[in-house]
Amino acid sequence: MSGAATDRVVVAALRPQRSRASVRREGWARRLPLLPALVPVLLLTQIPFVMTIWFSLQRWNLLSMAPRRFIGLRNFVFAFGDSTFLRTILHTVLMTGEIVILSIAIGMALAVGLNRSFPGRNLIRTLAVTPFFLMPVAASLFWKTSLFDPTFGLFGAVTAALGLGRVDWLSEHPVFSVVLVSSWQWSSFVLMIVLAGLQSFPEEVDEAASVDGASRFYVFRRLVLPHLRPFLELSALLVAMYVLENIATISLLTGGGPAYATTNLSYYVYLQAFSAFSMGRASAYGTIALIVAIALVTPLLRLVAGILREGGRA
Amino acid sequence: MSSFRSSRSFGGGVATVATWIGGLLMFAPVAWMVLTSLKTEQQAVSDPPTLFFIPTFAHYVDAFANGFLASAWNSVVAAGVSTIIVILLAVPAAYALAIRPVQKWRDVLFFFISTKMMPVAAGIVPLYLIAKDLDLLNTRLVLVILYVSMNLPLAIWMTRSFMTEVPPELLEAARLDGASRSREMVTIILPLIRPGLASTALLCFIFAWNEYFLAVNFTTTVATLPIFLQKFLSFGKLYTAQVAAVATLVNIPVVAAGWLVQKSLVRGLTFGAVK
Repeated sequence: MSGAATDRVVVAALRPQRSRASVRREGWARRLPLLPALVPVLLLTQIPFVMTIWFSLQRWNLLSMAPRRFIGLRNFVFAFGDSTFLRTILHTVLMTGEIVILSIAIGMALAVGLNRSFPGRNLIRTLAVTPFFLMPVAASLFWKTSLFDPTFGLFGAVTAALGLGRVDWLSEHPVFSVVLVSSWQWSSFVLMIVLAGLQSFPEEVDEAASVDGASRFYVFRRLVLPHLRPFLELSALLVAMYVLENIATISLLTGGGPAYATTNLSYYVYLQAFSAFSMGRASAYGTIALIVAIALVTPLLRLVAGILREGGRA
Repeated sequence: MSSFRSSRSFGGGVATVATWIGGLLMFAPVAWMVLTSLKTEQQAVSDPPTLFFIPTFAHYVDAFANGFLASAWNSVVAAGVSTIIVILLAVPAAYALAIRPVQKWRDVLFFFISTKMMPVAAGIVPLYLIAKDLDLLNTRLVLVILYVSMNLPLAIWMTRSFMTEVPPELLEAARLDGASRSREMVTIILPLIRPGLASTALLCFIFAWNEYFLAVNFTTTVATLPIFLQKFLSFGKLYTAQVAAVATLVNIPVVAAGWLVQKSLVRGLTFGAVK
């Protein structure tokens, strides 16, 4: 039986004749513990959002002496005429998708490999989860100076030794570089989530299947994979959510360049607001960034809502 | 915990070797970072790369001489205080979404999660202006406030999923014994979800400790560690080993904590997906 229903039955059994006031009191007693968390989140996310929409309808540049004034949708018209911005939307979608797919592929392969008993398993798991714990700023700076750098980096030395010359990864393959470093960090996170999923797979099912002579591949394909589905969906959602805000990696590795090739939406809004000081335009871009994020993440969110409906207690 | 059949077959052997290689590859950049941090600048950029050398701790000494501790303290305060507040707010909220759920608890939970969809960029301009008006720019307090709102949705989601795993019989028994809500929380729920809360707190701490975008916009001299590190970017290529040393240093606390609790972290990252 579901928890809410259980509660209602228990409460009803204890107090058969409840007055309306006591029902109301019970409702508030339930709501009260929620408020200290709900109020700050509402204040800190919804109010700025409404203000962003309001600002986005104004002409407002901090460097200009002209006063703020209402200009309707002109910032949005400008945004959709800004070809750099439109390319940025495309880059955001592509880079986010690539990072999500790559992280899930690597993380899941490692998790499946680690969910067996073999010598050195704990050590390898410890090593494989480490990239997630690294500060993105530190990881990016280190990759930039010690690995990607064409003259002094390890990768340059390796490609030179292979006769490929010193490849300048960050300017010749900027998107690949950003995707590589991000996926490296996030695949560790996916690894932990998928491993949690694999460990919650009932051992009896696996044993029963092996007694029945089912092949290992069959068990994985027909039993383990369906069990893992919600975990993979969760991984995709969380990685997409955090990668959309992947500003540290981008700004430190490539600075969004060359020629905006690695600029994602969040970073573009940041550049508008804090380098160009055009608050109105930055707000319009921010509003569009939000719409793109919703479009990207809503399908995933719907999957998670499905998980919540089936799982849990109520 | 289920570990699929052991590795005695040939296929198992191949999988074991592949997993070893995969794990080592994942860690290789970290190992190279630590190695580089112990070299002189000349060794760090030598061609071919130097593998054997007498380690030097000079770059670590330099980092401490250049204000590392002040930044580290800012990071500890911003990440630590925000995490404590997040947990204090998330536990009651999760209770109201799992144990004695409010009506429409699903909508409320969904609202919390959906705030994470909102790119910070969509709210950064007004947040900046409000912080400026309240004289909060360049303070640790503004970072604490922002990190609380950044991590609270995830913490509520995770904490709720741990609470739903508390056996209902235990709660009903306590209620029939006339335990109050606070007693129920302290004597039954909190002890059961403690490992889960630890993973949640660690995750929130990591996200706050590593946070860059808000820190770079809302603070200048009150620099947290990501900002401290970023300053090395402008020094450019001559400081490869120095960058590696500072990058290693800022990661030690979180990596150490992550290694210590990785098992319970792995168990905890189910987000309520297990039925």
